[in-house]
Amino acid sequence: MTARSLIIEETPLVLYCLRRADDALILGHRLSEWCGHGPTLEEDMALSNMGLDLLGQARSLYSYAADVEGRGATEDGYAYLREERQYRNLLLAEQPNGDFAQTIARQFFYAAFADLFWRAMTSSADDTLAAIACKSEKEMAYHLRHSAEWVIRLGDGTGESHARMQAAVAAMWSFTGEMFAMDDAERELIEQGKAIDLGPLRDGWRATVSDVLRTATLDMPASSWMQQGGRAGRHGEYLGHILAELQHLQRSYPGAAW
Amino acid sequence: MYTQALNATDSQIQPVEDMSQAAAFQARIDAEERIEANDWMPETYRRTLARQISQHAHSEIVGMLPEGNWITRAPSLRRKAALLAKVQDECGHGLYLYAAAETLGISREQFFGQLLSGNAKYSSIFNYPATTWADIGAIGWLVDGAAIMNQIPLCRCSYGPYARAMIRVCKEESFHQRQGFEIMVTLSRGTGEQKAMAQDALNRWWWPCLMMFGPPDTVSEHSDASMAWKIKRFSNDELRQKFVDATVPQAQHLGLMLPDPDLRFDEASGHWLYGEIDWNEFKQVLAGNGPCNRDRLAARRKAHAEGAWVRDAAAAHALKQMRAAV
Repeated sequence: MTARSLIIEETPLVLYCLRRADDALILGHRLSEWCGHGPTLEEDMALSNMGLDLLGQARSLYSYAADVEGRGATEDGYAYLREERQYRNLLLAEQPNGDFAQTIARQFFYAAFADLFWRAMTSSADDTLAAIACKSEKEMAYHLRHSAEWVIRLGDGTGESHARMQAAVAAMWSFTGEMFAMDDAERELIEQGKAIDLGPLRDGWRATVSDVLRTATLDMPASSWMQQGGRAGRHGEYLGHILAELQHLQRSYPGAAW
Repeated sequence: MYTQALNATDSQIQPVEDMSQAAAFQARIDAEERIEANDWMPETYRRTLARQISQHAHSEIVGMLPEGNWITRAPSLRRKAALLAKVQDECGHGLYLYAAAETLGISREQFFGQLLSGNAKYSSIFNYPATTWADIGAIGWLVDGAAIMNQIPLCRCSYGPYARAMIRVCKEESFHQRQGFEIMVTLSRGTGEQKAMAQDALNRWWWPCLMMFGPPDTVSEHSDASMAWKIKRFSNDELRQKFVDATVPQAQHLGLMLPDPDLRFDEASGHWLYGEIDWNEFKQVLAGNGPCNRDRLAARRKAHAEGAWVRDAAAAHALKQMRAAV
């Protein structure tokens, strides 16, 4: 791995894997930032644990992308040598941890989607993606349960926690639409039965979110404006800082093995 | 992870207790019986253990910080996963140990209060900074290695809840130590820069690791009662020597130099003899003057303060649920 950056042949399948892998890596990275700083020891462990689940998903998907691409790329090559514009993660994943409510809102919105997504992907015509989906689906079901319980606790808890949770839901809301976006590359895979149509997931996601918010005595945001760009490599200002940390050693010592 | 000089007997409390109870208690200890939470125990035994176990727990929690400093910068996804899992383990050890300490009648919140107020000690080693990736290797290899030396005998500690906690903790620590050593192997066989990074980390961590075992036996005042109660089974110097003897061949295997010009093998005793430890540095770190004492406590206080509204919310919600169920 002596190259300073990576040229990738983004076939639809490679791109599909990288997008999901990047979601998992970047969100997992954000959760790992909590390690040692959580509000309780139990929650410190839970956030790290979910970060590890996501990191594991990312590694499986990168490895598969490398196989599919067949040009000698590795999981570390994708993670450590791509530039910011080559990263394909959802904008939601790169949002800062903020207070605990913001972390929980981000996790809840993502998990409510990823739970449905991976469950549907278990029937993918692509055997490797179906196998990754079987493992990921179980993990995301737990992430959803965990984050939904916290949304309810914080929404219902005290005046302060209610206000913080409501503000967090509002802050993360405009990044949720991108989860359901599809482009021509994805439609090609959907036709082959390898990917799933995200359209039908939207109602299920909305139902889960609305149920949980209602139980938590929180309002569903009214705004329908949704930010997009992550899937095409157009990120906010946060991702660059994440990558500056994440890639620091690989960039500082090109070619070294760790 | 780490007990060190934390095993001082509390000598200030001298309650009047039934001598026959005390004798019966000692007889149980001598017969290698485990003391359980509901058993009668001398007040000094209870307080000594509560202090030792809680300070051990504090060390686990504070110990997350130096290694946590590298989680977002780990140089490969495999290393990142291993490090995150390891630091998470340390949190689990802390939780486990607070639970063991709570069996002695003091709550986790009280123990936390002692840590955050600066009244409780934790292992001095965590007051040193982890400044390069090689520090993650050195911490796993040396700090966890020293901790294992200290903790294996604690698996046979007379207090049942502590001894049982240590069995699990030791298993995980042994994995952590291998994880650290593997990083050192990779670095010492890597580029010149990587090898230099490994040597630099060893130079900085070696002496503080030797201090982890506590003051020399000649000046250690408090071990007698802990020995008699079988909380402690080996002296500070005995454990330190075991650690040095185990570690020297590992450093040789790595091709790294231990930063001690006086280190030599003594044929007569079969031990590696080491040079003078700078006990003044140790005292300074214990007194709060180590390079990171302030930062470590500040980080713990910040996490605790910023988490207060979350804990309050969880408690308020639980109360509402309970009332609704009645």
